[in-house]
Amino acid sequence: MSTREKSQGDVRRRDFLKLFGAAGAAASTLPLGGSASADEMVAATAGKPLHHVTDVTKSYAGDSGYEFFNVNESAFVEAAVDTLIPSDSTGPGAKELGVAIYIDRQMAGGYGKGDRLYLEGPFGEGTPEQGYQLPTTPSELIRAGIADFSAYVQKNHNSTFDGLSEKDRAAIMTELDGKKVELPTVPTATFFGLLLQLTIEGYFADPMYGGNKDRAAWKMIGFPGADAMYMDKIEPFRNKAYTADPKGIQDLI
Amino acid sequence: MATKLNAVDVLIVGLGWTGGIIAKELASTKLKIVALERGGPRDTNPDFIDPQIHDELRYAARHDLMQNVRRETITFRNSESQTALPMRQLGSFLPGQGVGGAGVHWNGVTWRWLEWDHQARTRTIDKYGEKIVPSDMHLQDWPITYDDLEPYYDKFEKTCGTSGKAGNINGRKIDGGNIFEGSRKDEYPNPPMIAAQSMVMFEKAARNLGYHPFPNPSSNASRDYINPDGVAFGQCHYCGFCERFGCEANAKASPHFTVIPLAVKNPNFELRTNSIVLKVNLDSTRKKAVSVTYLDARGREFEQPADLIILSAYALGNVNLLLHSGIGVPYDPAKGKGVVGRNYAYQCGGGATAFFDKKTILNRFMGAGALGTCMDDFNGDNYDFAKAGYIGGGGISCSNSGARPIQSHPTPHGTPRWGSDWKKAVVDNYDHAASVGNQGAVMAYRQNYLSLDPTYTDVFGRPLMRMTFDFQDNEVKQMNGQADICVKIAKEMGATKVDRSIPPVPYSIVPYQSTHNTGGAVFGADPSTSVLNKYLQVWDVPNVFVTGACVFPQNAGKNPTGPVGALAYWAVDAIKNQYLKNPGPLVHA
Repeated sequence: MSTREKSQGDVRRRDFLKLFGAAGAAASTLPLGGSASADEMVAATAGKPLHHVTDVTKSYAGDSGYEFFNVNESAFVEAAVDTLIPSDSTGPGAKELGVAIYIDRQMAGGYGKGDRLYLEGPFGEGTPEQGYQLPTTPSELIRAGIADFSAYVQKNHNSTFDGLSEKDRAAIMTELDGKKVELPTVPTATFFGLLLQLTIEGYFADPMYGGNKDRAAWKMIGFPGADAMYMDKIEPFRNKAYTADPKGIQDLI
Repeated sequence: MATKLNAVDVLIVGLGWTGGIIAKELASTKLKIVALERGGPRDTNPDFIDPQIHDELRYAARHDLMQNVRRETITFRNSESQTALPMRQLGSFLPGQGVGGAGVHWNGVTWRWLEWDHQARTRTIDKYGEKIVPSDMHLQDWPITYDDLEPYYDKFEKTCGTSGKAGNINGRKIDGGNIFEGSRKDEYPNPPMIAAQSMVMFEKAARNLGYHPFPNPSSNASRDYINPDGVAFGQCHYCGFCERFGCEANAKASPHFTVIPLAVKNPNFELRTNSIVLKVNLDSTRKKAVSVTYLDARGREFEQPADLIILSAYALGNVNLLLHSGIGVPYDPAKGKGVVGRNYAYQCGGGATAFFDKKTILNRFMGAGALGTCMDDFNGDNYDFAKAGYIGGGGISCSNSGARPIQSHPTPHGTPRWGSDWKKAVVDNYDHAASVGNQGAVMAYRQNYLSLDPTYTDVFGRPLMRMTFDFQDNEVKQMNGQADICVKIAKEMGATKVDRSIPPVPYSIVPYQSTHNTGGAVFGADPSTSVLNKYLQVWDVPNVFVTGACVFPQNAGKNPTGPVGALAYWAVDAIKNQYLKNPGPLVHA
C-alpha cells in the first residue's frame, strides 16, 4: 500500500511538472519556454498594479500559468467553465476548482494534439452516426471555436464573453447550446460539446490533472476517490451512508 | 524488403486470452512457438498498481489500454447506400492492445451461453417454424452443441476463478442460480460475490414479478483462489475501477498473469511485442500458409515462416487479417456468396434508470466489473418469440460496476446539461440511481458485414476494414420490448422516477455501447456459410486456425468471453490431439 502524506495545499509549478511527468497521459509536449513565459509574466508583474493580463493569468492559474491558451483564450475559458458549472449553494464552481487549467493542460498535451485521432483524408461530413469527421485536433478545434464564439459575442453584445454579467453569459451559452449560433469555422454543436465535455472531465477528474481542486467536486457528490477498497464495507454499508474524506492519487503516494 | 527469419513450428498472432491459452497449452509439445503482439508488454506491477490505476480520466475517458486508432481503425456506414467514413476516435466499442489484450480491461463477466445460442436455427425453427426467421436473417447453428463445449466452459471457469452459483447441475435445477442455463457437471470454482444494495433490491423486485434472478458469473474472485495451473488470485477489492482498467489485486482474471506467464516459462516460446502483423502469406496453391509479414517497433519488415498459424487477435483484427491475406472468399452481399466478413453482428442495449428518494443509499462506488444480478427470463428462447415479436432476447441485469463520476453522474431526463440545475440534479441523484439494463443479442443479416474499404488506409498503407452495420427490425423490437420489462422491474424496485432509454437507431458508432463485436469469420458445418470448421480451422487453408468472437455465427444476449475462452481450449485440444499428429483438414466438407 501507499504511504499517505501531505500535499493537501496548493500544488506548485515544480510539482505540476513532476505530476504530469509521472502521470504520462497529460504530459506537456510544449517546449519549456511556452509555459515559462506565462510564469515570467506573473513574476514580472508581481507587486505591480494589476492589469487585465496578469489578473486573468494569476487569479486561477496560480503559480502554474497557462501553457496553451493565450490571455484572451484563458479569460474566455475561465468565464465559460464558470458559466457551465457556476459556484452556488449546491457546491463549488468549475473555475474555482481549476478546470480552466485542466483544459489548458489537456489542450497542450497528447489529447489536445490528437494522439488518438485518425486524421487521414479524404474528409467528408458524413452522417451523425459516423461521428467526428473534422480534420482538426481538439486543441485546434477549441482555439478556432473560441475565436468564432468571441467574435460572435463581440458583434452582438459589444463585449468579450468574460466581460459580460453572469446572467448574460448564461443566456449566450444557452444560445450556443441550442445551436442558435452559427459559427463560421467549427460546427457549433461540436465546439460546445467539447467545451462541456472538458469542463465536466476537469471538474470530476483526479486533482493531479489540475481541476477538482482539494477534491471538492468529489466531496460534493460523496465519491471517495482513488482510495478505493471496499471488500469489507460493501455488505455492512448496504443502504447506509458511507462517508470518507476523498483522496486523490497523489494523496496516497 | 522483409528480412526472412528462421522458420518456427507455431506462430500466434495476438496475445490475449485465446493466444495465451493456446500458447500455454502447446508448451508441452516442445514445439518452437513465437507470439507476435502489436502492443507492448505490461504487468500488474507496476502497470496496474493502486492508487495510480484508479485514474478515471486516463483509463476510462482516454482509453489508455485500448487500440490507438491513429494507426489503424475501421470505416463505418449504416448501409450500402452510404459512403463509409473512418471511425476517427474510439466510441461504440473499445478493442484492446498490448499483452493480455482486452482480457486486461474487461469486466470479468464469464458466461456459458445458453443451449439455444449454440443451435439457434434448429431450435427456433423446430419450435416456431421457418416463417419466424426474417428473410434477410442469416440465422445459423454452431457446428457444436453446448454439451460438446461443457468441459471446456468448465476449464475456462476454473482458469478464471469464476465466482457464481450454478442453476443446473446434471439436469437438477437449483434455485438462486440460473435455472435456464445448460446442464453443468460442476459448481463454479468460487461462491458468488457480495451483492450491492441495488442488486438486493433488483433481486427482490424480479422475484416479486415471477422472474428468476441470480448472481452474475464473475471472474472477479470472491475470495483468494489458486487455479488448477497454480496461479494465485487475490480477493476482489470492490474498488469500482474495473472495466477499462487493469486490476491491482489480480482478482479479475486476466491472461497477463494467468496463462501468458505460463506460456512464457516455456523455453521454446518467444514473445515479440510491438510487432504488427500485416498479412499471412500463402503458397502458390493458396491452400497453405507459409509465413506472416510483420513490422517491429522500428518499422523493420520481417517475414516469419511457420508450419501452423493461429490468428488470435481481437474479433475485428482477425477478420481484417483474413481479408488482407486473401484467406477465404470475401463475402459479397449482392451475390450472397463468400464468407469472410459475413455475419458481422453486435449487441443492443437499452433499459431503465431507476431514481430513488434520498433514503435509499446505494454506495454505487463500491463495485466490481462483473458485480451484478441478472435474469435470463427474456434471453435465448426462454420466452415466446411469436408473442414478443422478436427472437434472440437478452439478459436483463442490475450491475454495480462502480460510479466513477466523469462518466457516471445520472440525472433524470429533462435535466439541463449544465448550470446550477444540472449540478443540483447530479448531487441529488449521484448515489440514488440504479440502472436496469438489457444486454440484447443481435442476429446476423445479409446486409451487415465487414469488407475492405476502397478509399482509406492505415498508417502501414493497407486498406482499412469497412463495417456496414445497422440495427434491423428484430433488434429494434427487442430493444423496445426489453426496455419495457426493465421499466417494470425498476418500478417494482421502488423507484420514484424511471427513465426508459434505448440506444440510437440507426446504430451510431459514437456513444459507447459494447465491446462485443462478433462474426466475420464464423465457424460452421457448411463451407459455403462459414470460414472455419468446428475446430476453428480455416476450411480453405487448414494450417490456419482462428479464435475469438469472430467465430460466432450471430451474437447472444450475453458477454462473449466465456465461450471465447472455452473455444480456445476446445481448438487447442484438437490441434494437440488431432492436427499435430496428422496435419491437414480435421473435417472434410
